Amino acid sequence: MKHDISLTVNGDTYTLAVEAWRTLNEVLREDLNLTGTKLGCGSGDCGACTVIVDGKSVSSCLTLAVEMDGRRILTVEGLAPSGETLHPIQEAFIEKGAIQCGFCTPGMELSALHLLKTNPLPSDTQIRSAISGNLCRCTGYNKIVDAIAEAGRRMDPPSKTGR
Amino acid sequence: MPAAQFDYIAPTTVDEAVAALVNGGKDTRVMAGGTDLIVKIRHRMLFPTCIVNLKRIAGLDAISVDKKNGLTIGATALLADVAANKGIRRHYPTVAEAAGATANVQVRNMGTVVGNLCNASPSADNAPTLMAMGATVDIAGPSGGRSMPLDQFFQGPGVTALETGEIVIAVRVPPPPAGSGTAYHSLSQRGKLDCSAVGVGTMIVLNDDQCTDARIIVGACAPVPMRTRAAEKMLIGKRMTDTLIRQAAQTASEETSPITDVRASASYRWKMVAVLAIRALTDARQMALRKSTSK
Ligand SMILES: Cc1cc2nc3c(=O)[nH]c(=O)nc-3n(C[C@H](O)[C@H](O)[C@H](O)COP(=O)(O)OP(=O)(O)OC[C@H]3O[C@@H](n4cnc5c(N)ncnc54)[C@H](O)[C@@H]3O)c2cc1C
Ligand code: FES
Ligand code: FES
Repeated sequence: MKHDISLTVNGDTYTLAVEAWRTLNEVLREDLNLTGTKLGCGSGDCGACTVIVDGKSVSSCLTLAVEMDGRRILTVEGLAPSGETLHPIQEAFIEKGAIQCGFCTPGMELSALHLLKTNPLPSDTQIRSAISGNLCRCTGYNKIVDAIAEAGRRMDPPSKTGR
Repeated sequence: MPAAQFDYIAPTTVDEAVAALVNGGKDTRVMAGGTDLIVKIRHRMLFPTCIVNLKRIAGLDAISVDKKNGLTIGATALLADVAANKGIRRHYPTVAEAAGATANVQVRNMGTVVGNLCNASPSADNAPTLMAMGATVDIAGPSGGRSMPLDQFFQGPGVTALETGEIVIAVRVPPPPAGSGTAYHSLSQRGKLDCSAVGVGTMIVLNDDQCTDARIIVGACAPVPMRTRAAEKMLIGKRMTDTLIRQAAQTASEETSPITDVRASASYRWKMVAVLAIRALTDARQMALRKSTSK
């Protein structure tokens, strides 16, 4: 049986009929064509599928789409809605060389956003613990940690950076 | 391989949830965060026909900290909320630490403390501390409500005392006794964020430096999180010296019956129970002494 749900993704509201067993990851990628959200392990271990639901980072591979009725979701596409001006986190990732193959990047950036919203100037240890659920097979993490620290400085306080 | 198929209900009251479970029979499964349940379905270890999501039941995520009634953690309170809760961090710090040492940020934003208990993994990171502090679970079911001590709730790996149609609505922890100290130490491969290979939770009570009560619970070294009663007995009525702590930790290790699995070998677990029990008992003693001097 299909369930009717209405959810908001990156500010756009969608009304969909979904089967109970489909994950949020599948619906984002297959039905909404938002393929920025990746699928790695499918079991909560790698963080490639991380999205933000009502302000909290979650693994979209373990989230049923039916549960998302009425929820507000942010995916990596929503970080730079215009597609031209990048989010400070994205800029910092590029400048610090925190991206190699890029597979982990959407999840890393959303975990970074989740951290920086409550802790704008985190220590390296706090950054590492915040991204401990996100695996990267390329960078060795140091540049990602640098990028998140840099993004935090740019986002807070906004007046100093002109943003 | 096509995904396993099932239906889904999101009741808004506990009574509706219980009714859905009774009507659905044993292939209807409760879901809180789904971080164990969905993984098991994906790995084809479970084939439910229907999932009953508890997260839409208003108030079931409540956390309350009360001087007289103690701590109550509702069934859908997130691991992240328990870890961050100011009252829990202040009055039940080890409960908050254990929740914060479970899994990673994303899983803590989805998963629950009660789900961790109901999943009944011998390695459940929240079980040892809560058992050590004498927690009870509140259960709702077709024939009404009941409560039971957490240490009677676990029956075997993945098996709890719940009967068909029953759900846990909250876990309750009594106020910590005067002179008590608690601690939890665990080991796992990826830092603290995957399931523990060994965990030791403890609560001790000191009167001056005399130990008047002790509970030591070892996780992941028996079919259920296990009380090591002989070790506890060695401490009670004595001065809690470093030597005594070492002897009790060794006894605790001998009481367990670990197996070799993907997370660790049995012999490693035996050694580590003793090491972690020393750390946990030492920290708990320190907390108890600190509390008594700050009075
Ligand atoms: C990547 C990853 C890392 C993890 N790391 C850890 C770790 O470090 N330590 C650890 O202990 N666990 C870990 N886990 C396991 C899991 O996240 C925890 O056990 C979590 O607390 C489960 O809570 P949940 O709300 O998601 O449970 P669910 O998956 O919703 O439920 C678990 C089980 O309990 C039952 N259930 C849930 N709530 C109730 C209720 N109120 N009444 C009756 N039955 C109920 C369900 O039917 C199911 O069988 C990890 C999981 C993942 C995916
Ligand atoms: S794909 Fe979801 S955590 Fe790996
Ligand atoms: S850049 Fe390749 S996995 Fe992180």
